[in-house]
Amino acid sequence: MESIAFRRRAADRVTRGLFALSAFVVILPLFLIFFDLLWKGARELKWTLLTDLPHPVGEPGGGIANGILGTLSIAGLAMAGGIPMAVMAGIYLAEYGRGKFASAVRFAVDTLTGVPSIIMGIFGYVLWVLPMKRFSAWAAAASLAMIFIPIVVRTTEEMLKTVPASVREAALALGIERWKTTLFITVRTATAGIVTGILLAMARIIGETAPLLFTALGNQFWQSGLDQPIAAIPLQVFNYAISPYDDWHDKAWAGALVLIGMVLAISGGARYFTRVRK
Amino acid sequence: MRGDNPKDVLFEKATAVFAFGVLFLAVLLFALLVRESVPAIRKFGAAFLVTKTWDPVAENFGALPFIYGTLVSSFIALLIAVPLAVGSAIFINEFAPEWLKNPVSFLAELLAAIPSVIYGLWGIFVLVPVLRDLLMKPAAHYLGWIPLFKGPVYGPSMLAAGVLLSIMIIPFILSVSREVLATVPRLQKEAVLSLGGTHWEMIRIVIGQHCIPGIFGATVLGLGRALGETMAVTMVIGNRPEIFFSIFQPGYSMAAVIANEFTEATGQLYLSALVEIGLVLFLITFVANLAAKGILNTMVARAGRGL
Amino acid sequence: MENALQVKDLCAWFGDHQVLKNITMDIRRNSVTSVMGPSGCGKSTFIRCLNRMHDLTPGFRVAGDVLFDGRNIYSEKIDPVLLRRKVGMVFQQPNPFPRMSAFENVAVGLKFNGKKRSRAEMAETVEKSLRMAALWDELKDHLGRPGSSLSGGQQQRLCIARALAVEPEVLLMDEPCSALDPMSTAKIEELIEDLSDKYTIVVVTHNMQQAGRISDYVAFFLLGDLIEMDKAAKIFTNPADKRTEEYITGRFG
Ligand SMILES: Nc1ncnc2c1ncn2[C@@H]1O[C@H](COP(=O)(O)OP(=O)(O)OP(=O)(O)O)[C@@H](O)[C@H]1O
Ligand SMILES: [Mg+2]
Repeated sequence: MESIAFRRRAADRVTRGLFALSAFVVILPLFLIFFDLLWKGARELKWTLLTDLPHPVGEPGGGIANGILGTLSIAGLAMAGGIPMAVMAGIYLAEYGRGKFASAVRFAVDTLTGVPSIIMGIFGYVLWVLPMKRFSAWAAAASLAMIFIPIVVRTTEEMLKTVPASVREAALALGIERWKTTLFITVRTATAGIVTGILLAMARIIGETAPLLFTALGNQFWQSGLDQPIAAIPLQVFNYAISPYDDWHDKAWAGALVLIGMVLAISGGARYFTRVRK
Repeated sequence: MRGDNPKDVLFEKATAVFAFGVLFLAVLLFALLVRESVPAIRKFGAAFLVTKTWDPVAENFGALPFIYGTLVSSFIALLIAVPLAVGSAIFINEFAPEWLKNPVSFLAELLAAIPSVIYGLWGIFVLVPVLRDLLMKPAAHYLGWIPLFKGPVYGPSMLAAGVLLSIMIIPFILSVSREVLATVPRLQKEAVLSLGGTHWEMIRIVIGQHCIPGIFGATVLGLGRALGETMAVTMVIGNRPEIFFSIFQPGYSMAAVIANEFTEATGQLYLSALVEIGLVLFLITFVANLAAKGILNTMVARAGRGL
Repeated sequence: MENALQVKDLCAWFGDHQVLKNITMDIRRNSVTSVMGPSGCGKSTFIRCLNRMHDLTPGFRVAGDVLFDGRNIYSEKIDPVLLRRKVGMVFQQPNPFPRMSAFENVAVGLKFNGKKRSRAEMAETVEKSLRMAALWDELKDHLGRPGSSLSGGQQQRLCIARALAVEPEVLLMDEPCSALDPMSTAKIEELIEDLSDKYTIVVVTHNMQQAGRISDYVAFFLLGDLIEMDKAAKIFTNPADKRTEEYITGRFG
């Protein structure tokens, strides 16, 4: 009897240890990655990184300023088109969405959410680059919007559904028309949540690389227009990383540091909004 | 009987138009993929999926090496990720002291926020050299007679892709597993404990009864992620359109070949073959996500009925 | 006209489930009418029929007439939005708009109901409404506070002020005090009495004493039927129906 009890207790201890160890192993890479980012990224992290154009190989200095502007332009375009569409569709699903049509839309949203981002790149290419015969910020924005929209539709729907029915009733009982109730009362009540969703989706698309490869293409110089190939930080990080030059590798790390900084700042902003909501 | 105020009707219609727009985008995506694949489908038919040749010069295309690489690297990733993710989920939900729960799950979620190009960068310069020198070289030296571990060792390889992918998909499997674990009724857990079971016995019994389907669902969801992951894989898999049995050898994946060759694809057939690979990838991930959702929904429904 | 509302043979269904059966009653102008009855007998359903709050409930259906100012509110020609501006409602749980200040909460009905108003006019109406709701003195220096940060009783009075601000003729109240403490309840009761000079009030209540204190008329419902309706004094001292008496004396439900 004694020894059975002992074995059981020992098994308990050992498994506990293993579970704790697995959690440790899971978060270990996070520390390693951030350590390397800071360590290796700091070497090239100077003001000129944020203000200068890239320099050719061997020439020291140079920055990713055009990539920063390009990333912001592409993400801005994607969001300018994506937000109205996604929020309105989310309103539809939350406020009116019963029946077959709404189920079809929800299914489409789920499907789009799961599509690998590289395929959204093909979408932008076929939709825009092929007919226009040139790579462009527009094509890249179309690709990113395809990633952005389904995320925001879903969060908008979910956030609107957290608004209690009593709020809608109170507004209707005041003789406020339904569309005004939805737009100026229900949506307003859920604004913090919707903004959080938008920011998280933005953080996601800012770091996307694959959809830009054959839409934005990349550019060594400042963009001359939205219908031209355009630089983006993730593309620069990728191209520097796979290049054979050491000083470019350093630039890849520095670019990655800037990129993760932007992503974390935006996600942090999203968290701030969530806090306000509570 | 409804608000028949014309402005209300107009507003509803307006939102419906945007909702339709989203539906339309999904259909458009699929339609464009199919349309652009037609030349390749016409030319190669079903053989495309089982042919090993990938010869852009002779315009002879088969997707097998890429399908193989995608499946094998994803499988390796699951092999590593599932035990770690489920183990951590159990740790966080069941064992971790209160003050540790939030930080650990926050950090795990942070892994999901890192852009994949950064994983790739880290993979090239940190993970691959470490794996090569500390794991693959010794293993190939001593265990090289096993075909799975045969050299020569370059570094970029199926294994490297699998390991990197596993880090990337863990957060997803972890968070779904935690939700699955949380559906177990407290009463059940307490019942086992009150019968004198240890904590581990409780978990084994409860998970055995309740959570296996849910964890399977989480796994399939992770698979859906792994299959379509592009940049990180492209940067460490080696990009060789051949099939090697050894996981130390380079490979190629569907997403990676699209990423690498799309801008070079000059011929119409070449481009079409790449888009068809995209179409196949779309369908595979679609099925995986659908399956995951189906499994998880059944699970939730069962939990709702108190089973 | 002395009746603000006339209900004729009103029936209501949720799906196949009939909740109200041939209700006929007149509601006097500038009086307080209490609706009483055991839980689930259809009181809420009934008063929500009086301003068409059920319009958006799927599966809900009514038959019969409800006349307001002599016109059937369920006729094609009536815009429910305009109707609700005339027949306001206060709910059981105080439900101020969560992300609006107290001021905005009261002003919101005016802001969105079409007519343009200056800031000064708006402020004036808000003050008037808050005064009527006996909240002005407590709140005049805190109008910027979020409505949801007030106490439960204050929130309910804020909701009353919000309803009054759109200048309704009828005020429907569904158990307005059931979520409140006795002090706040007393305040609201006092308020109801004051308001009854100018407004027609229909109030659902479970509380016998309360009904006795505030009402001019009492309607007693049971399982979707209107058992009887009469002057409050009559109902409480000498009800015509045995079931009413049983309910009032507490031998019931
Ligand atoms: N939205 C709804 N859908 C279906 N049935 C409903 C709905 N609302 C109410 N009912 C049903 O209608 C009947 C009357 O409900 P109602 O809310 O009017 O009762 P009540 O008298 O107000 O009760 P209480 O005193 O508990 O508030 C009940 O049987 C209830 O189940
Ligand atoms: Mg009720």
